[in-house]
Amino acid sequence: MGNTSSILTQYDIEEVQEHCNNTFSQQEIVSLYQRFCQLDRNSGGFISADEFLSVPEFAVNPLAQRLFRMIDGLNFKEFVAFLSAFSSRATLQHKVEYIFKVYDSDGNGKVAFSDLLDVLRDLTGQFISEQQREPVLTQVLEEAGYKKDSILVLSDFMKILGSNGLKMEVEVPVD
Amino acid sequence: MVISQRNPLSSRTSKMNKLTTSSSELDLDRPNIEDYLPTDSIPQPHAKLRLRDLLDISPTLTEAAGAIVDDSFTRCFKSNPPEPWNWNIYLFPLWCLGVVVRYGILFPGRVLILTIGWIIFLSCYIPVHVLLKGHDKLRKRLERALVELICSFFVASWTGVVKYHGPRPCARPKQVFVANHTSMIDFIVLEQMTAFAVIMQKHPGWVGLLQSTILESVGCIWFNRSEAKDREIVARKLREHVEGTDNNPLLIFPEGTCVNNNYTVMFKKGAFELGATVCPIAIKYNKIFVDAFWNSRKQSFTTHLLQLMTSWAVVCDVWYLEPQNMKPGETAIEFAERVRGIISARAGLKMVPWDGYLKYSRPSPKHRESKQKSFAESVLRRLEEK
Repeated sequence: MGNTSSILTQYDIEEVQEHCNNTFSQQEIVSLYQRFCQLDRNSGGFISADEFLSVPEFAVNPLAQRLFRMIDGLNFKEFVAFLSAFSSRATLQHKVEYIFKVYDSDGNGKVAFSDLLDVLRDLTGQFISEQQREPVLTQVLEEAGYKKDSILVLSDFMKILGSNGLKMEVEVPVD
Repeated sequence: MVISQRNPLSSRTSKMNKLTTSSSELDLDRPNIEDYLPTDSIPQPHAKLRLRDLLDISPTLTEAAGAIVDDSFTRCFKSNPPEPWNWNIYLFPLWCLGVVVRYGILFPGRVLILTIGWIIFLSCYIPVHVLLKGHDKLRKRLERALVELICSFFVASWTGVVKYHGPRPCARPKQVFVANHTSMIDFIVLEQMTAFAVIMQKHPGWVGLLQSTILESVGCIWFNRSEAKDREIVARKLREHVEGTDNNPLLIFPEGTCVNNNYTVMFKKGAFELGATVCPIAIKYNKIFVDAFWNSRKQSFTTHLLQLMTSWAVVCDVWYLEPQNMKPGETAIEFAERVRGIISARAGLKMVPWDGYLKYSRPSPKHRESKQKSFAESVLRRLEEK
């Protein structure tokens, strides 16, 4: 499935569905494919930086750069797998794992204070100063029972985020 | 056998790939987009800040994923070709027959009509232009009539069926006409009825040649999208034109770019702060016959014209709507949005809050900053809570 011809066969759909653990229905995969082809304007088989950032709603998102590092150069199958965390059929575990991956930019399974600080910086920009950010994060961490130099792993994230359920769903328009 | 009509993807010029942030250009025209963008990323409750609240980036992520999956801006520029109907054994030969008729009979006939039209036009226009140099008033009147004539020939060459509704525009000072924009043929369709002066982006090639020769005679103002300083010069020219008594009525397409005739993007406020009466015009093309949207990223204008000339017909409705004045206390931007609402309602178009120029450049960092600001303020406030 390297080329983006506008025709998707049944085999392709089933392959993609399996790859994303059945989180999307076949119709949703077809819609996502149309969307992928629409974004991939030069038909390179993947969506490049320029093409993602040409969607204004995405470009104004504070976490766009971070997400962009995860999504750059993905082919369609991986694109669907990337979005599978946002399906209504995705498990809570899957969603928490996804959030963990966004924090864990170097992919070593550990989220340190610096990673948390980085994401907080993306979200708050220049409106909280560098000097203010650290103490805020430290204070909140300590209140939750962690220390400033604690390393958080996936199970910690599950404990913190998993208790009240996560609302992280996107509806794929199906015509 | 399914044969769908696909637009060939032409190679992009390097100019399109350079997305520059000219934030000064984009900032000035925008009403509050924040009103339209989702605000879920702002945590609402006033409870004490917990670790969970900082770690839970799911609303922001959901917004980003939502934009990736579908966004209202890209929808405005999607070509919607008519559904293929030639998908079975007896419809397909009918379609083939249709192709033969369109390309073999209609197209040559149309080219002939257009050629005759050009011959008549040039043989009248050049003498008038050259010989009547001293008699400006008469020359202008004749040139106006001739431009209307050549536009009628163009419309005939696509078998254009245009229904005009409403009172015809008249030439009065202190008024401008605004219309929604789908393709350059909007201008030709409107010009057929009334010789407007127009403000356009200077195009290369034969279109540019036409612009600099013939359109000059009806009065044209040029602008260059990528020039930020250009705005003041253009604004001044617009004002001068509108205040002149002898000029042709001015037609402006405030969207600034071609949109696919299902949506309207935000109107630029330039036309609405001239202190003139604004007369809205709504144009709606009937998609059953041909998709008149000129996707300038995918086709050159020549290809677009050829596509129109090999279709059955171009059917559209033009509504001349009631002239509007700025209400007391209304800003230019509010006035522009109000007129956009009137045009969209009449033509059945959906309004989206995006600036058409985002086709060519990135959004200004102002929006991201405002989201960051709300989040930061909420975090700091909740930190103080006990």
